[in-house]
Amino acid sequence: MNPLALVGRSALAACETVGHLALFALDAVLRGLRGPWYPRQIFRQMVEIGYFSLPVVGLTAIFTGMVLALQSYTGFSRFEAQNAIPTIVVLSMTRELGPVLAGLMVAGRVGAAMAAELGTMRVTEQIDALTTLATDPMRYLVFPRLLAAVLMLPLLVLVADVIGVLGGFLVSTLKLGFGPIEYINRTIDHLESEDVASGLVKAAVFGFIVALMGCYQGYHSRGGAQGVGAATTLAVVSASILILTADYMLTEIFFSR
Amino acid sequence: MNGTAPKIRIRGLEKRFGGKEVLRGLDLDVPAGRSLVVIGGSGTGKSVLLKCILGILPADGGSIQVDGEEVVGANDATLNRIRLKFGMLFQGSALFDSLPVWENVAFGLLARRLANRRTAKEIAIRTLARVGLGPDVADLWPAELSGGMQKRVGLARAIATEPEILFFDEPTTGLDPITADVINELIRRSVRKLGATALSITHDMASVRKIADRVAMLYDGRIIWEGPVGAIDRSGNPYVDQFIHGRADGPIRVLQLAELDEAPGTAAG
Ligand SMILES: Nc1ncnc2c1ncn2[C@@H]1O[C@H](COP(=O)(O)OP(=O)(O)OP(=O)(O)O)[C@@H](O)[C@H]1O
Ligand SMILES: [Mg+2]
Repeated sequence: MNPLALVGRSALAACETVGHLALFALDAVLRGLRGPWYPRQIFRQMVEIGYFSLPVVGLTAIFTGMVLALQSYTGFSRFEAQNAIPTIVVLSMTRELGPVLAGLMVAGRVGAAMAAELGTMRVTEQIDALTTLATDPMRYLVFPRLLAAVLMLPLLVLVADVIGVLGGFLVSTLKLGFGPIEYINRTIDHLESEDVASGLVKAAVFGFIVALMGCYQGYHSRGGAQGVGAATTLAVVSASILILTADYMLTEIFFSR
Repeated sequence: MNGTAPKIRIRGLEKRFGGKEVLRGLDLDVPAGRSLVVIGGSGTGKSVLLKCILGILPADGGSIQVDGEEVVGANDATLNRIRLKFGMLFQGSALFDSLPVWENVAFGLLARRLANRRTAKEIAIRTLARVGLGPDVADLWPAELSGGMQKRVGLARAIATEPEILFFDEPTTGLDPITADVINELIRRSVRKLGATALSITHDMASVRKIADRVAMLYDGRIIWEGPVGAIDRSGNPYVDQFIHGRADGPIRVLQLAELDEAPGTAAG
């Protein structure tokens, strides 16, 4: 096949998908905001996304904090700059690794589950049944997931930040010879509220991305179990890529302020 | 018919999937307070017909009127208002597996805020009793039920709001003959008791004879025969005759017998 045609065709397909996705998101948010609201569904999703993701996110955060401390020690001891380790750990966690890693973990856990659940509901006609019972699936299924993810991801990231710093603290005090008080003081000294805030904004955006991709892929899945499987994979892969892309763009925005 | 306006009036209904024309100019009247059964081969578009009437699938052309109100091209608000008149039993039951049985049954009541959760549960248990299920079933999850029980729960969900119009998509497929007959009886009774209009789909001729007042046959995207159930054996329509007697040879060619003979040969070669 003509390679130019191939490039053109994939570019067009990509644009089409982005367009569909944007319309889907807009539709879900506008309808959702107009109500009726489904507090039970929202609460259920908040528990699912926030509470049940705690172990995964916590484990990721603690090891990341520990590794950060070790690696920065390896590098910084060469310049006699070990004192910067607490700052490096806390800034890396709050600004970057907390939101990105939590986002990726939640994409794997929650995004996949959303795609699988909505996909199954689609192929078993449960979504049609909802419509027949005069309940809008966009309001009942999609909006609560979007809202819960946008609300819960920042909370998860806040927890991840604290646990990550704790990981760095443990390694630094037990292994690298830092005094506990010294470490904590150095952590707080150079930390600004904007560092944490920018991470939380990122988290909210990533939460939206994860829920959007999970819902979109699940909602539009077809072709039985195989289709649901494909939707699940697509949801995780596309959410991960979008998270990394959005992360760069958001960092750029915060950086240039 | 009897002079009164039909509950559902379909004219020239068309529905395509890609290049595939499933419904091509279908006309059908569903008389009020009667039970109409649509028969037809697998994949002829019977389920699609029901979904078009409910506005779940958008029709590509023609007109569907429910109590004189147009469904084709109607906006969300109108569709939702019209849907309040319906209850539907889906071909695969389509129970919400994230909700316990009673909440499935009470879903319509809760969604329309016709009852609070406690009364809704009481109504759900009463409705379950009407389809022959005990109160112990109410707190189970759909995945814990057998296929036949799921069908009954689906039926209970369809009738719980006492809708004016009931749709049953293959209510007895995959059930043993006795349970199938119980379901038929339940449908018959629901229609009589609620005074509802029913539109059912089935392949099962025993079921047709039991629940139908009138029968319509869907073939090649159109209704090719429609009449009272009593007339089905002397319809004079070769398609209907072939269908009700389940014969492989006749005007409906599902699979050519010659192909059956050839099949092993082609597989080997
Ligand atoms: N969502 C869809 N997308 C694409 N094609 C569809 C869709 N739904 C139905 N079809 C096609 O429309 C045709 C009619 O389907 P339908 O489910 O109405 O058949 P049916 O008459 O109910 O058959 P059965 O008796 O086996 O249930 C089938 O060929 C099917 O492939
Ligand atoms: Mg069908």
